[in-house]
Amino acid sequence: MENYIFLIPLFPLVGFLINGLLGQRIGKGGVFFTACSAIGFAFVVALFAVVELVGRPVEERQLIQVLWHWIAVGDVHVELGFMIDQLSAVMILIVTGISFLIHIYSVGYMHDDPSYWRYFAYLNMFVFFMCLLVLGKNYLVMFVGWEGVGLASYLLIGFWYEGDANADAGKKAFIVNRIGDFGFVLGMFVMFITFGSLDYNEVFHKAHEMFHEGAITINAPVMIAMCLLLFVGATGKSAQIPLYVWLPDAMAGPTPVSALIHAATMVTAGVYMVARSNILYTLAPTALLVVSLIAVATALMAATIGILQNDIKKVLAYSTVSQLGYMFVGVGVTAYWAGIFHLMTHAFFKACLFLCSGSVIHAMSGDQDMRHMGGLAKKMPITYITMLIATLAIAGIPPFAAFFSKDEILWKAFTFPYYPVMGKIIWFVGTLAAGITAFYMFRLIFMTFHGEFRGTEEQAHHVHESPVTMTFPLIVLAFLSLTGGWLGIPHLIGQHLGHVPNILETFLEPVFEHSQAIVSHAVVIPEYSHGVEWTLMGSSVLVGVIGICLAYFIYMAHAKDLPAKLAEQYKLHYDLIYNKYYVDEIYYVMIVLPIYHFSVFLWKVIDAFFIDGIGVNGPGWLVKRSSAGLRHIQNGYMQTYGAYMCLGAVVILWFFLGAH
Amino acid sequence: MNAPILTYVTFLPLLGVLAILFLPQKSEQSKNIIRGVALVTSIVTFIVSLWIYAGFNPDIAGFQMVENHSWIPSYGISYHLGLDGISFWLVLLTTFLTPITILSTWSAIEKRVKEFQIAMLVLETAMLGTFVALDLFLFYVFWELMLIPMYLIIGVWGGERRIYAAIKFFLYTAVGSLLMLVCIIGLVYFHKEQTGVLTFNLLEFLNTDLPRLYELLFFASFAFAFAIKVPMFPLHTWLPDAHVEAPTAGSVILAGILLKMGTYGYIRFAMPLFPEGCAFFTPALITLSVIGIIYGALVAMVQPDIKKLVAYSSVSHLGYCMLGLFVLTRQGVEGSILQMLNHGISTGALFLLVGVVYERRHTRLIKEYGGIAKIMPAYATVFLIVTLSSIGVPSTNGFIGEFLILLGTFKVNKAAAVLAATGVILGAVYMLWMFQRVFYGKVTNPKNLNIPDLNLRELVYLAPLIVFIFWIGLFPNFFLNKMHKSVDHFIGQVQVTQHQLAQVDSDYAALDSIKEIIPLRSK
Repeated sequence: MENYIFLIPLFPLVGFLINGLLGQRIGKGGVFFTACSAIGFAFVVALFAVVELVGRPVEERQLIQVLWHWIAVGDVHVELGFMIDQLSAVMILIVTGISFLIHIYSVGYMHDDPSYWRYFAYLNMFVFFMCLLVLGKNYLVMFVGWEGVGLASYLLIGFWYEGDANADAGKKAFIVNRIGDFGFVLGMFVMFITFGSLDYNEVFHKAHEMFHEGAITINAPVMIAMCLLLFVGATGKSAQIPLYVWLPDAMAGPTPVSALIHAATMVTAGVYMVARSNILYTLAPTALLVVSLIAVATALMAATIGILQNDIKKVLAYSTVSQLGYMFVGVGVTAYWAGIFHLMTHAFFKACLFLCSGSVIHAMSGDQDMRHMGGLAKKMPITYITMLIATLAIAGIPPFAAFFSKDEILWKAFTFPYYPVMGKIIWFVGTLAAGITAFYMFRLIFMTFHGEFRGTEEQAHHVHESPVTMTFPLIVLAFLSLTGGWLGIPHLIGQHLGHVPNILETFLEPVFEHSQAIVSHAVVIPEYSHGVEWTLMGSSVLVGVIGICLAYFIYMAHAKDLPAKLAEQYKLHYDLIYNKYYVDEIYYVMIVLPIYHFSVFLWKVIDAFFIDGIGVNGPGWLVKRSSAGLRHIQNGYMQTYGAYMCLGAVVILWFFLGAH
Repeated sequence: MNAPILTYVTFLPLLGVLAILFLPQKSEQSKNIIRGVALVTSIVTFIVSLWIYAGFNPDIAGFQMVENHSWIPSYGISYHLGLDGISFWLVLLTTFLTPITILSTWSAIEKRVKEFQIAMLVLETAMLGTFVALDLFLFYVFWELMLIPMYLIIGVWGGERRIYAAIKFFLYTAVGSLLMLVCIIGLVYFHKEQTGVLTFNLLEFLNTDLPRLYELLFFASFAFAFAIKVPMFPLHTWLPDAHVEAPTAGSVILAGILLKMGTYGYIRFAMPLFPEGCAFFTPALITLSVIGIIYGALVAMVQPDIKKLVAYSSVSHLGYCMLGLFVLTRQGVEGSILQMLNHGISTGALFLLVGVVYERRHTRLIKEYGGIAKIMPAYATVFLIVTLSSIGVPSTNGFIGEFLILLGTFKVNKAAAVLAATGVILGAVYMLWMFQRVFYGKVTNPKNLNIPDLNLRELVYLAPLIVFIFWIGLFPNFFLNKMHKSVDHFIGQVQVTQHQLAQVDSDYAALDSIKEIIPLRSK
């Protein structure tokens, strides 16, 4: 029985249609109920499917449902269908589960917005496309979801479209993603001409087969091209260098949207895609190296920008970019399961962080500037504690969730089988960025919840804890931020805790087993002693603790003068980082403006002047002018005609007589 | 199927014309009667055309529902109609779009209603005739017949510079057509030389052996005539003028159907009749298509006038259609035909939507608007859906067409596919930028504060287009299934002959044969 999978996306779709078409008629209660129950049902069905999946023997763990033959032309056969295996099972639970919590949170958060029905319609639509993305059984269905979530993101970022900045941010998100999708589409084309299919099972089977037959070798150019093109798509969707620029701007949308779309789910789609395509990437180590280098560079760069942001959501946005970098490091060093593990823990703690920030912003009457906050811990205890838990998680402090996932990634980077030396560098930069992460996240905590309140009287009066629809999801997510990591306890620690198994790794293993086989076939995997592993683990915790202490020193103990003094002292660096390395400005001057001016040139000069003016109207003008000129000959005066006659006669006479 | 169904469908609109001729147009009421008669006629034509749908057999590659009667026997001209998987959807698109267009003119056209509706119905007959004619003479008659009502629609009911635009449209198209006429006569001549039979039958010419030079010349002339119609870069400048000046209905028909005459001309006549010429010019035409895709998109981006923006976007979209045709892969050609339908639906809808606000505000300048999503929510929603279809978001029709064309291109010409794919990015840029400036932001222009939202009539004519946007997007096989056989046959026709004739240095050989001929001429 697997013909019920379609219900998972169907519920959100129905919710979208009801809220979109009838939202204004069914009232607030109706909209809230429709939206939340649609996602609730989707979650229940997903849970049901996963239970069925787990109930099967390991080698049969794949639920497939084909709805209809979508496109069939010549040798192109694409089905519209779904597949749930271990990987999509993890993803669909995260997606529907977190979506459900955020829908509930939104009921409180968007309660007074006049366009609440439009909001919930878009949010349902997002979940619908996200389900297609993770459940699709081939790359094209994934791509439908891929662009569809981009559309939902566009609509939700620009949700308050009367503000120009919001509409700009939405458009920027869509267009930057389109640039990524350009790569994704070309990647699919390369895949199609190489394997003759876009279906996961067929492509991976064929890739494996061709590898064994020797038809494709490791690092074959076609594999590198395919993987890099697909990764271009991922840099757009998952905000990596050079296409990350849309994500910080995307914070213009309502905060629950930032939590759901721009932190927990949509932006991780690229990680899912790479993990899904693990066999292809494993066959292209060069592409993997590019992925992990870009990823670690993104992680470091975004973390440094995060240090100096004053907008609470911007800090979280850059931390998301940075954490996405870690996930890509994970999948980039062939530790696919670790990437997915961090994706999962990140979904918990980042959703929690964003929702907490939403709770704070709600209390601050919409103010997002941390310089106006301070001392909120006493007035908003639940928000404070949940946010602290999530912050400890992101800082990598044991036993919180990201300690396990981030550490696994760094360890796997250190032991990168394809490029052992580069792996060490990636590990070092990643660990450094982890320290910075702990620093700026605790800066956020200290500036927001500790010290004295720096806002206006009116704000101080208004500050309050949020309603239960908002705090309930916070508590659930904080709980998951604490415990989520326990699903993937490394063997090293597990053996000392009475042989606790690594549940997630074992569960996901079959999806990645061919890749692991290819890796061990291709290179000798170096052995490292437990001592090394313990040392690395200790050093990353140490770095985190140092970051926290430094943040305490600067923003708590010496909050009055030290930050300003440092900014003064390192003005050049400060400005560079504060202005986000001027990347937006550089893109504007180097890309946007030239294209705009070139287009105006094409229009005014090439089109209007040369093609239309000279090429098309030129002959017309010539005919008109020459007729106008010739018209003077025929002016109706006898004298003129007489003169022409005489002149003609002379010419003729000269021609016949004078020539001799 | 013995009933002459194609004749019925083609000439039914003329029955409506006959009726309207005898109707007065004095009062508002009598004008409504005229509109009603035109609407009913076009709807009946559409319903009758569904009979074609019912009778169409997708397993036949060649022509169906053929009618062949001798017309002017002394010149071998016959009344010869037929339909295959290529023209099938174009005929239905025509009968589908015409009633929608007529409904859209209800309040837009107040002057000379009678003449306008007559022009519309005559135009429908001409367009249908062009798609089903299998006799070159008959085809040419319909082809030229299209010009006259369109010329009048632009020239009489158009905007300020309507005369300039109408004459430009007419002259431009006529220049190409006349060249084509000369070549048709040349083709008939060569055929008679070889077989001794005087005929204008398209099917007879498919096997005519032409001297290589004439094959190239004839292809070039046909290609020139059709390239104007498409329009291909750099022969496109009549289009923005015609669109801007034409009334809404004129733009819809022009973009929705008339432009397809160009691409249809290639697929039905130029390519199968002169495969050698086609092979010779393919690189050039692919280059021009790719330039058109990018150029059209870039120029569209900086247009201040919504209609002009959509007009230039047509140049870009039709570039995809041309690209798909000339790569000669199944995906490319079927994607191209599907993209013709898509463009008819999406761009037709865009022009209708521009017409809606134009009727209310009498301006098409983007800067006159802003923030009207709040004033006209239903309008904004429909506009958004059509925008998404136009930029090819998956699950809408535009995606399927572009995907198939680009995939089909990638198989044989990677560079062209990569360059053409950048048009997908640019498409999102110009459409979303325009959408933002018209709909988002605060309402700054007080004139926009009280624009009424879509009324029932407008919803009624837009709804079917929305349905098709998703229908094609989700179930493209329903549409593609009808094409498979005919497209295979078409590719076979063009490719097999090309292979037979292919020489390694065929291009140089062609140049040589031109050199041989030139001294001949000068003697």
